[in-house]
Amino acid sequence: MSEHSLELKGSLFPLSVLHCSDLSISSLQSLLTAKLAQAPAFFYQAPIVINLQDNDSRPDFVALKQLFTELKLVLVGVTGANAEQKTAAQQAGLAVLQAGKASAAKATEPSAQTAPAAAVKPTQVVVQPQPMDSKIVEQNVRSGQQIYAKGADLIIKGAVGAGAEVIADGNIHIYGSLRGKAIAGASGDSSKRIYCYNMQAELVSIAGNYWLSHSLQGEFWGKPACIRWQGESLVISELV
Amino acid sequence: MAKIIVVTSGKGGVGKTTSSAAIGTGLALAGKKTVIVDFDIGLRNLDLIMGCERRVVYDFVNVINGEANLKQTLIKDKRVENLFILPASQTRDKDALTKEGVERVLNELSADFDFIICDSPAGIESGAMMALYFADEAVVVTNPEVSSVRDSDRILGMLSSKSRRAEQGLDGIKEHLLLTRYNPERVLKGEMLSVEDVKEILAIELVGVIPESQAVLNASNSGQPVILDEESDAGQAYLDTVKRLLGETVPFRFLTVERKGFIKRLFGG
Ligand SMILES: Nc1ncnc2c1ncn2[C@@H]1O[C@H](COP(=O)(O)OP(=O)(O)O)[C@@H](O)[C@H]1O
Ligand SMILES: [Mg+2]
Repeated sequence: MSEHSLELKGSLFPLSVLHCSDLSISSLQSLLTAKLAQAPAFFYQAPIVINLQDNDSRPDFVALKQLFTELKLVLVGVTGANAEQKTAAQQAGLAVLQAGKASAAKATEPSAQTAPAAAVKPTQVVVQPQPMDSKIVEQNVRSGQQIYAKGADLIIKGAVGAGAEVIADGNIHIYGSLRGKAIAGASGDSSKRIYCYNMQAELVSIAGNYWLSHSLQGEFWGKPACIRWQGESLVISELV
Repeated sequence: MAKIIVVTSGKGGVGKTTSSAAIGTGLALAGKKTVIVDFDIGLRNLDLIMGCERRVVYDFVNVINGEANLKQTLIKDKRVENLFILPASQTRDKDALTKEGVERVLNELSADFDFIICDSPAGIESGAMMALYFADEAVVVTNPEVSSVRDSDRILGMLSSKSRRAEQGLDGIKEHLLLTRYNPERVLKGEMLSVEDVKEILAIELVGVIPESQAVLNASNSGQPVILDEESDAGQAYLDTVKRLLGETVPFRFLTVERKGFIKRLFGG
């Protein structure tokens, strides 16, 4: 043998785990489509594992795989499967993953034959989605320009001019002055925030809740400030 | 290879043509072979300010259409060596300029000149886009008032996204801020933005501040670029601007209200 070596090592990867009581194609299609519409970029080609723990049905894994592909998702395997489900999943080319501690009771043996190389020895399934990406803009955003960070935070090194618009599904950080519009949590996440070094905005919005310039022209005008959603209103606070 | 400088603003009437004429003339005075190209098709102002309106035979559109060559069309200035004007057409509309045509003419000029100054029309439509598309540097002409600053910000956005340099991923256009019609008295009264205000908003390097001046009106009425009026405040401010464009460091003048001397006050000077 030459020095072309081969190695199989266990690694940990963040995967999104789908919990759904009804795994019929039509029902899942409409539920997933609605879910994805909230944050299309966020789940784009995301690796997904189906959790079958509380589900004794016999899903059509081949059709499910097809559906996930159409929705721009990657179905990599199942977890919490019973013996029958396990065989069916393996026949459809899916990995059978051993769940983490949370569901150790029902865990099954990982199957080396059918699992993709990266998942040969999965030891843990992380339920959290992947961390948010960020889009970085090095210059000023000028009047008339619009920037959208899809499924991501938006970081702007310069200023956002009057008549410019910056939009993010995540948080927005502006290291210069904000004189235009800033729209964070654009896909509906009200936990997102807007930070800027000099607040002179025409409009700020978080998950569709907005303030116009006149609501901002108080003590924080022209100062470093943070906008967030709290309870049922926007709140502005100083950056220290 | 010439350096192509667009003189642009978004807003009309801020002093683009006045500045194109002054800067082009100043560069030629400094020994650089310079051509000023009028992109304001249909309005044709540059030749009036340069005082060569009676010598226009062919124009930019004729050259683009192959109806005349550059040699026949370029007007050589009678006062300053190394200075030429490529006039705009008065009878065509702005759509007469095509990207390919403009590129061909600029390439041909580029082989022969040190500087090509493009006097842009107002607005953000095709004429203005054509004037800035091929630029290496931009002089963004701004008056110290909110609407002009806003339009300049808009044009700066275009320069960084809609130019050839942006599209080809080259180094960006070098941007210079030229503040014109500056009136320190009105700034003091809070009726106009200050140099610092405008610099802070637009965040680009300042290349010159031209005071509001009767000398500009006198100059354009007599078909003389104001930079040739070396006694005048505006003429001197443009001379400083040209030096800065050529890389010199020159202190800024005419930024503060001039105290009128006793004699001047007596005679209302
Ligand atoms: N520094 C100045 N002081 C006084 N008037 C000026 C000054 N600069 C330009 N002007 C006047 O403003 C008007 C518009 O100038 P122009 O150069 O034609 O602007 P643009 O080409 O941007 O439309 C002209 O009447 C011109 O004489
Ligand atoms: Mg003009």
